[in-house]
This record gives sequence, C-alpha cells and structure tokens, in this order.
Amino acid sequence: MNWLLEPFQYAFMRQALLASLLIGTTCSLLGVYVVLRRMAFLGDAVAHTTLPGLVIAYLNHWNLFVGAIVAAVITALGIGWLSRGKRLREDTAIGVIFSGMFALGIVMISRVQSYRDFSHMLFGNVLGVTTADLVGIALVSFLVCTVLLLVNKELMLTTVDPLHGQSIGLSAERMRYLLLILLALTVVTGIQAVGVVLTTALIVTPAAAASLITRRLDRMLLLAVLFSACSSVAGLYASYYYSISSGGAIVLACTVLFGVAYLATRIHWRELPAEHDAT
Amino acid sequence: MNQSPGLPHSHEEPWLPYSGRGHRDPQAGQPAVQVEHLSVRYRKAGSDALHAVSLEVAVGQRVALVGPNGAGKSTLLKTLAGLVKPQSGQVALYGNPVGACHHRTAYLPQRTDLDWQSPLTVSDLVMTGRYVHLGWLSWPSQADRVRVRRVLERLGIADLAERQIGDLSGGQQQRTLLARALVQEASLFLLDEPLNAVDEATRDVVDEVLTQHTQNGGSVLVATHDLGRLTESFDSAVYLREGRVESILPFGSGPLASLAAHPAARGANE
Repeated sequence: MNWLLEPFQYAFMRQALLASLLIGTTCSLLGVYVVLRRMAFLGDAVAHTTLPGLVIAYLNHWNLFVGAIVAAVITALGIGWLSRGKRLREDTAIGVIFSGMFALGIVMISRVQSYRDFSHMLFGNVLGVTTADLVGIALVSFLVCTVLLLVNKELMLTTVDPLHGQSIGLSAERMRYLLLILLALTVVTGIQAVGVVLTTALIVTPAAAASLITRRLDRMLLLAVLFSACSSVAGLYASYYYSISSGGAIVLACTVLFGVAYLATRIHWRELPAEHDAT
Repeated sequence: MNQSPGLPHSHEEPWLPYSGRGHRDPQAGQPAVQVEHLSVRYRKAGSDALHAVSLEVAVGQRVALVGPNGAGKSTLLKTLAGLVKPQSGQVALYGNPVGACHHRTAYLPQRTDLDWQSPLTVSDLVMTGRYVHLGWLSWPSQADRVRVRRVLERLGIADLAERQIGDLSGGQQQRTLLARALVQEASLFLLDEPLNAVDEATRDVVDEVLTQHTQNGGSVLVATHDLGRLTESFDSAVYLREGRVESILPFGSGPLASLAAHPAARGANE
C-alpha cells in the first residue's frame, strides 16, 4: 500500500498526476475522431509545428503555452486552407507546412544556440508542471471537452457521412476546421506532458487501442479515456520508481496497452470463425 | 420551357444554415422539383457535367433518371440536394431555393459514399435522419427513438437495430439508408442507384416504400440502371446522355408503352 501512495506524498507528483489525467482525457477523446477520420499524421504535424511558436514565446519572455497555441492554430488553419476543396491533397499540405514550420523552429533554436533550454519542449516534463500550467491545461481541457460534447453528433455525422451532413446544411468543411482548431489546442496540452515529439502518441494510441476492442462510438470514447488514464498512472509510477522520463514512460504505457488490445483481438478473431462455422 | 416568375437562381440563392429554423413551407401549386436550363461544371473538368437541363417532378410523382455511366444522373441529384453548386440555371424545390428545403429533401447517396466501417449501429445511423430537425445543441428525444424503431420495423430490419453498420449486407445497408430518409420525414426523396447489387427482397421493400410515399403525397426522383420495373414503378423517366436531357418518357399517358422499346432507353445500360 505504501508503495502505491508514496509517490503522491509529493506535491509535484500530485500535480503531475492531475495534469496527466486532464491531458490524457482531452487527447484521447479527440483522438477517437482523429483516428476515425484517419488524421493521425495531422496531429503529428501540428505538434511539431508548435516549435517556432514556443521559441518565439521563449525569446520574448511570453507565455510558452500561448505561443504554442498560436502556432498550432495557425498551422491547423493553414493546412485546412491549403487543402480546401481538395485543390491540394491534405497529406501534401501537411508535408509542406509541417516541414516548413519545424525547420523554422530549428533555425530559431540555432540562433539561440542553446538546445538544452528547449529539450523540455521537445520531450516534455509533466513533473515540472506549475500551478499556472495546470490552470492553463484545465481551461483548455474543459474548453475542448465541452465543445466535443456539444457538437458530438455533428462531428460524428460529418465523419461517417459528410454528404448527408452537407445535404442538411451542415458544412463538413467547417466541422473540419473546428476539429483542426480543437486538435491544435489539444496538442498544446499534450506538449506539456510528453513534449512535441511524442504528443501524437497520446492522441492516437489510446483511441487506436479502443477502436480495436469496440465498434461502438460511445464505448470507444470511454475506453480511450480509460486507457489514457491507466497509461498516465502507470507511466508516472514507472517514472518515479525507475527514474526514467515521465513523458516517455506514459507513451510506452500507452503502447503496451495497444499491444495487449491488439493481441487480445487477434486471439478473439482467431476463435470467431469456428463459432461462425458452427452456426 | 418558359421560366417561371420568381424561380430562384441556383448559383445566387441563399444557403440556410443547419437546423430546423429558417426552413420554408412549400409554395402552393408548385412542383416538387423544377429545374430550368441547369448547367454544372466540375472545377477540373473540360466540359459540363450537366448542360441546360430542364425537368419537372410534380408532387406525388415518381420519376426515374436513366442513362449510361457519366450521363450526369448523380450530379443532378447532388445539385438538387445542395451538394453541388451549379454554374447557371434555376432550381426550385416546392417553389423554394434548395437551401430552404433541407428538412423536406432526403438524399440517399450510393452506398459506396459512406464509411461503413464507422463505429455506429444501424439505429445510430438511422437517427442521423432526425438531425435536420434537431439542429445544434439538441439531442434525440424518446419520440425520435420511437420513430426510428417504427421505421426499422416497417423495413424489416428491427432485429438489426444494434448491429454495427459494417456487418450489414448490401441489401441491409440500402434498407438502413432508406430508413434514415423515412425518419427524416422528407417529402422529396432523391435516390442514387438504390437497387444496385441488392437482393430481390430489398427491391420489393424499396418499391413498396416508394409507392406508399408517393401515395401519401411525397415525390421521388431515382437514378437507376435497373430498367426491369421501370414502366410499372415510375410515372415517367428522364433519359440523360452526356449531361443533356435526351428525352422525357411519360409512362401510361404517352405514346410509349415501354421504355425498353425506346431507342434512347436501349442505350441506358450501355
């Protein structure tokens, strides 16, 4: 019992747990739509393109959180605008903006000539989350989750059948922009926990694991949140007891859960044909 | 065909937002569909997908759109459903612009247009037919759920209500889409190839539902390659070729007893 409670005797661990759970919930809820819309690469791109925003904010002593949000939203809208009406394929627009913005961030870092200052942005440090960071994360998480709840049926419809949505006056394009903005906000919260490089995993992996287990949207959303919560807790314990990177440990825990879900479904499907043959 | 006074210009008409608010009632005495000199061109296409198309579907009529692949059948349906913006011409549904009739028009796409692997059950998908009446920040009520259940029973798929849509056969998928149109309680059905690769039982169900719909004052426009039941099931057929109306064939009242006898129609399955 003491083993379980010991890490959370420290305030920084309690803050880290709260931040991880908030971030995990937001990332995994949005992640379900990202996975269903096959936008996983987009999450990765938005995460990487926050780098110049973070660097500019750092150099000007602004709030890093705000710098990242501005860069992420600009990226998301830029990708949406470039690929609107299918003039340019979305993956091409992502490739152009992703590499351009990330390169800009690297050039800016090289001007500062201190890679170490930015390592916590690249790899995250949830153990260093301050109370002010926690308030920011809570506000963004609340905003994203509330919007998701309010437009859940419209997001679902434009994901499954955009033509029907459009035929009843629901613009699939506008819903896509909304999702991109939510994705940008979510990515920024993820950066606090696992950094620029690993944020996509927090969005995609729990949702992907849930999609292997169930084909009901409501259950998929619940399972994704459950997986991310379990990963956050397991990752923090591993980080505390083995002195390893908290962000890396959380993402690895997500990956292990995905592996278990994958194996479980493989075994389940291997058994199913025999049942079907019998009927 | 003379242009009716006040017929809305398709390319200039207002687009009403999603929700039950702002939709207009039918104008008295107006046909369900009135299309005049409609031209549509896709952005990268070299020629018009539809060129100066004019046709009319009266209230209570069931009209078939026939023609070879690429004739413009799907484009015409999509234009009427508000999915494609025309370059020129006029379109009116019940005397109103397309955008004013979201709730009154049910568009059934070809089954391949949907992502059937989505994590939805049959009743979830059918419930999306109620969204046009619900709009933003409203959720399906008990009455909506009862509507869905009754329609599923009527189409013989009540036992599939909780089944994942990816597990359905082609015929079951088509019935599910038809169920969605029915719960929408639309007056005008626009169906794109509803009989493609479906079983005979589903064909009978589709036929029966559409017959009842027109008997109740609804109107139906169906793009189809299936000429088998054309003369017995439809009031008329519009033959499209290369984006133009080649002929409009009224069944029963015209000189043509059977579409199959018409040289234009013989090309429909080419």
